[in-house]
Amino acid sequence: MTILSVDGITVRYGRLTALRQASLKVDEGETLFITGPNGAGKSTLLKAIAGVVPVAEGAITLDGKVISGGSPEDTARLGFSMVPEGRHVFGSLTIEENLMLGAGMRKDRARAGDDLAAVYEVFPMLKERRDKPAGVLSGGQQQMLVIGRALMTGPRLIAIDEPSLGLAPKVIDQVYETLLELRDKRGLTLVIVEQSSTRAMMTGGRMLLLRSGEIVLEGDARSLARGDTLKKAYFGYGEH
Amino acid sequence: MTAILQIIFDALSLGSLYAIGALGIALIFGVMRLVNFAHGDYISFCVFAMLWPSIDAAAVVFAGNLPTFILIPLILAIGAGLSVLSEILVFRRFRNANPATMMIASFALGFVLKHFLLMLFSSRPKSIDLWSNLSLPVEVAGARIPLLQVITIVITILILLGLTAFLKRTRFGLEMRAAAENFTMARMLGVKANRVIMLAFAISGMLAAAIGLILATQSGTADIQMGVSVMLVAFIATVIGGLGSLPGAVIAGFLIGGVSVLMQVILPLDARPFRDAFVYGAVIACLIWRPQGLFAPKSAKQRV
Repeated sequence: MTILSVDGITVRYGRLTALRQASLKVDEGETLFITGPNGAGKSTLLKAIAGVVPVAEGAITLDGKVISGGSPEDTARLGFSMVPEGRHVFGSLTIEENLMLGAGMRKDRARAGDDLAAVYEVFPMLKERRDKPAGVLSGGQQQMLVIGRALMTGPRLIAIDEPSLGLAPKVIDQVYETLLELRDKRGLTLVIVEQSSTRAMMTGGRMLLLRSGEIVLEGDARSLARGDTLKKAYFGYGEH
Repeated sequence: MTAILQIIFDALSLGSLYAIGALGIALIFGVMRLVNFAHGDYISFCVFAMLWPSIDAAAVVFAGNLPTFILIPLILAIGAGLSVLSEILVFRRFRNANPATMMIASFALGFVLKHFLLMLFSSRPKSIDLWSNLSLPVEVAGARIPLLQVITIVITILILLGLTAFLKRTRFGLEMRAAAENFTMARMLGVKANRVIMLAFAISGMLAAAIGLILATQSGTADIQMGVSVMLVAFIATVIGGLGSLPGAVIAGFLIGGVSVLMQVILPLDARPFRDAFVYGAVIACLIWRPQGLFAPKSAKQRV
């Protein structure tokens, strides 16, 4: 079952084309890694889906509804939860306020309390500091907080941009462990942007490689890792 | 001792006006990075809303004759309505424009409002009699303080407490604080941009209306220019307080009020006519010392 479908979208920043005719489909419950070098358009792709940057051509459908051209809040309300690069915790809000912010659009407000308890169970560290401003948390803790916050929206699909950026390897392992556990427990769909393809190979799932705004390679993360197609695609086909 | 008390009350009541004005500007700046220069004209508009259009020198009081418990909510509603309307009709079109463009748009809106009032009421200030018995003095610890000053200070404290409770305790308040810190991220969590912005405009408009009511009672006149001077100082207060910081705006508002009153007292007689020059000199010194403002929020840097 396709939950998200991106059909030939082009995104331009002024004269610069950041994404050219990109198409992809995401099935419910799967894990999709999007990798590629700097400036390939990975973040732009996620932002376009989230409704933060406008799409010049093409269409995006989430769960059968066209979301391209809509606002970020509408997309979020349809079950697409975005964790952007750099995490973006609300530093002056307390940890609990950060979490509760995500619960605002839930129609079943009553369940927000249960969800909060569930998030605290996954991240006991957040519960201990619930009344502290989120700005005091370390990078790894902030990553946990934004994942928890994304969960509070009751999402069907979570898209995370560079979850390992600026984190120690041990903390990255923790983040991934948590993500995959949540995926399995809640039937979540994950779309993860990672600059390093190693993590995708370790985790498994489908992988998609973007370069210069175009999708150049797609396949199973582990099988792609075996040959050197990936390396070639990453750096360009025999251009050097 | 009584003289000192008098100075303190003068400073607090003047600072109150600046603080409420700065708060109205900072609220909107917080959610959409707009410095709304039409804010001063909202103040005048609310005052003139109490009058019947006429170009005579004596004001033809209209809504101003209503009983207090109707008049005050009515004027607050007019302020909120005008402010929300200007968001829908004007500022919404500039949502993604750069801050300079939005600022120019707010100037233009201010001129439109001013000339609309000018057309209906002419430029002559009119006398208006609102709760004039409030200017009678009361005795506070031996000093004779105009009752209106005490009321102004009390109202300001109530507004500040109410707004703090609203921002800290309610869902809307949470959304507004989040939106002020990182608007895009808040939207990605489902916070509705239009609702938050309209709410900020509504509150800001009510604050403008409150200033209008206080000013009109204090001065006993309705003058098209009356909001502008408060607006200018209030704007300076938001900058000194650190653009985007609500507590900063309030504290800086009181600070400027205090410094103005203090200068009036301690400057040598010959220098007193130039008091404002000294006040603005202090403002410049303050900005050289801390260009980012006294309480610059981290989010003030830029929006993603």
